[in-house]
Amino acid sequence: MSELINDQLYDGPDEHGHFGVYGGIFVGETLMPALDELNRVYAKLKQDKAFWEEFHNDLAHYVGRPSPLYHAKGMTKALGGAQIYLKREDLNHTGAHKVNNTIGQALLAKAMGKTRIIAETGAGQHGVATATVAARLGLECHVFMGSEDTKRQAANVYRMKLLGATVVEVDSGSKTLKDAMNEAMRDWATNVDTTYYIIGTVAGPHPYPMLVRDFQSVIGQETKQQSLEQCGRLPDSLVACVGGGSNAIGLFYPFLKDEAVKMIGVEAGGLGLDTGKHAAPLNTGAPGVLHGNRTYLMNDDDGQILETHSVSAGLDYPGVGPEHSWLKDIKRAEYTAVTDAEALDAFRFLTSHEGIIPALESSHAIAYAIKTAPELPEDHLMVINLSGRGDKDMHTIAEIDGINV
Amino acid sequence: MSRIENCFKQLKSQDKKAFIPYLTAGDPNLNTSLNLMHALVKAGADIIELGFPFSDPSSDGPVIQWAVERSLAQHTTLKDVLTLVKDFRKEDQNTPVVLMGYLNPIECMGYQRFAEDAEEAGVDGVLVVDMPPEESQELLQVIHRSKLDCIFLVAPTTNESRAKQICELSSGYVYYVSLKGVTGASHLDIDSVRINANRLKSYCELPIGIGFGIKDAETATKLGELADAIVVGSALVNLIAELEDKHEYSREELFEHISLMADMRTALDDN
Repeated sequence: MSELINDQLYDGPDEHGHFGVYGGIFVGETLMPALDELNRVYAKLKQDKAFWEEFHNDLAHYVGRPSPLYHAKGMTKALGGAQIYLKREDLNHTGAHKVNNTIGQALLAKAMGKTRIIAETGAGQHGVATATVAARLGLECHVFMGSEDTKRQAANVYRMKLLGATVVEVDSGSKTLKDAMNEAMRDWATNVDTTYYIIGTVAGPHPYPMLVRDFQSVIGQETKQQSLEQCGRLPDSLVACVGGGSNAIGLFYPFLKDEAVKMIGVEAGGLGLDTGKHAAPLNTGAPGVLHGNRTYLMNDDDGQILETHSVSAGLDYPGVGPEHSWLKDIKRAEYTAVTDAEALDAFRFLTSHEGIIPALESSHAIAYAIKTAPELPEDHLMVINLSGRGDKDMHTIAEIDGINV
Repeated sequence: MSRIENCFKQLKSQDKKAFIPYLTAGDPNLNTSLNLMHALVKAGADIIELGFPFSDPSSDGPVIQWAVERSLAQHTTLKDVLTLVKDFRKEDQNTPVVLMGYLNPIECMGYQRFAEDAEEAGVDGVLVVDMPPEESQELLQVIHRSKLDCIFLVAPTTNESRAKQICELSSGYVYYVSLKGVTGASHLDIDSVRINANRLKSYCELPIGIGFGIKDAETATKLGELADAIVVGSALVNLIAELEDKHEYSREELFEHISLMADMRTALDDN
């Protein structure tokens, strides 16, 4: 890799939010000034030491960071290959990595004097993490969620309501995450003066992919330090599931310049990549424009966005963060997919071998390790981002087992 | 002179405002869309904004979202919409047609092919809702080599220096979004539209069309006073929603069904 690319990686995106040809700002004119304002406020706060001190203080005392880097000896032994380490984002307050971002964006909302927070959510983890910070700061909160997802993630809907948020069921289109995002953008255009939109992943118009990445990169920063402390060196490979891609970019970003560290993003293969019923745009899609940015998408020949399928609501999205599209094209990261069935097997595998019940999203990353770790040497250090815990998925798993809980 | 430019020039010489209805192509089917376009001209449309469907219309309210869903249920493609314009042109060579929609279908077709095919079909202008000036260079390069006009939006949130840039990039006319929100919203504040439209007029050399939230003849009259054109979308699409996709409607029947459009035209002229 040339030094030029390395510098671009480190500095990306450019001032207009482009990662190579990806990213950018593709929204209706009404929102352009709001994005410009957000960009200016963030650019200023990014240089502000006090802002980051407050962020890290919240992460330490409210979220419970740093999260452990755990040597999963049971899993390692069972697979008989690479040493498996789990970055325990599942131990965060609210149960996933999502809260790292909502803490950061809530500070931005506060700095901008906004009184009302909106968010979209798929599995409900980002919705819960948003409702949580809104409750803490006493801000009005509306969470948009596809009506398909409110059904399969009923417990999270209830959690958001307990936290004082209004959950708005979205009945248009495929009734999942992408439609929730459409509705959130409509709400934002309507209430742009008072409202801060907390996007939950590294997608959307600039500056969201950048600022969400910056907040999530605490995952990779800690991992780097922990790996050096515990193993005396950097990991050989990093593995994370990719829906929109925020937990993956959070882990990858601080390692981008460490060329020896391999990075693998695992998309939702659903019923199989050849069935069309999956959510794997980086594996099967083509570049296009959706939700404010240019990125790999799943669309038909006429540019209509396809309905996706995944057993995990959090990965059920037809696009992906633009920085991942860029990392794929320049071959700094590789992207693969595992099926629903493989993810479900991985869910049970980790539960029985380590006593850790992973989220179905994170189970995709575990599944990749199960497939590849046995072939790797015993001195290979593999870090898997365990992005969330599986409590929210109890109903889905029980239903598959034919049990009514 | 482009067909759009000519249209505004003619109207100005008659001291009239342009009436621009919007419909989604393929709602409830392409054949009815064709007849509706002719019925709209009879009702007094000066320019037609023809929506091409996109699965994720994140700047539109429910009325146009549903229209898009009905159109996509018929598998309407961008190519079909260009054919529709070609069919319309067989009988009508005067009324400008502006395609309105989202960028992804155009990206998928390819900018070059889109511009060539649109021009050949008889399209006059393009308005891409989710393509702000910052991201428009590539498509504009292609459009500038064609006879197509490119229309941009100015919103109530747009500041003056930005609005000036938008006016310079636009051709045909500039579309002033009358409210913060999505299409079909109902919180129109005429006084603030007046202030913003007057400001825009002071430096914009192109005609200004006002749209979003114009539901009746009375509002059409009031907003017509403030600009060179009014755009009516959801109010028309609401009427189209009552049509059945299986039924063949004559142009007469459709003209009767959308009589609100003729009323709006009259109200605009009586002004």
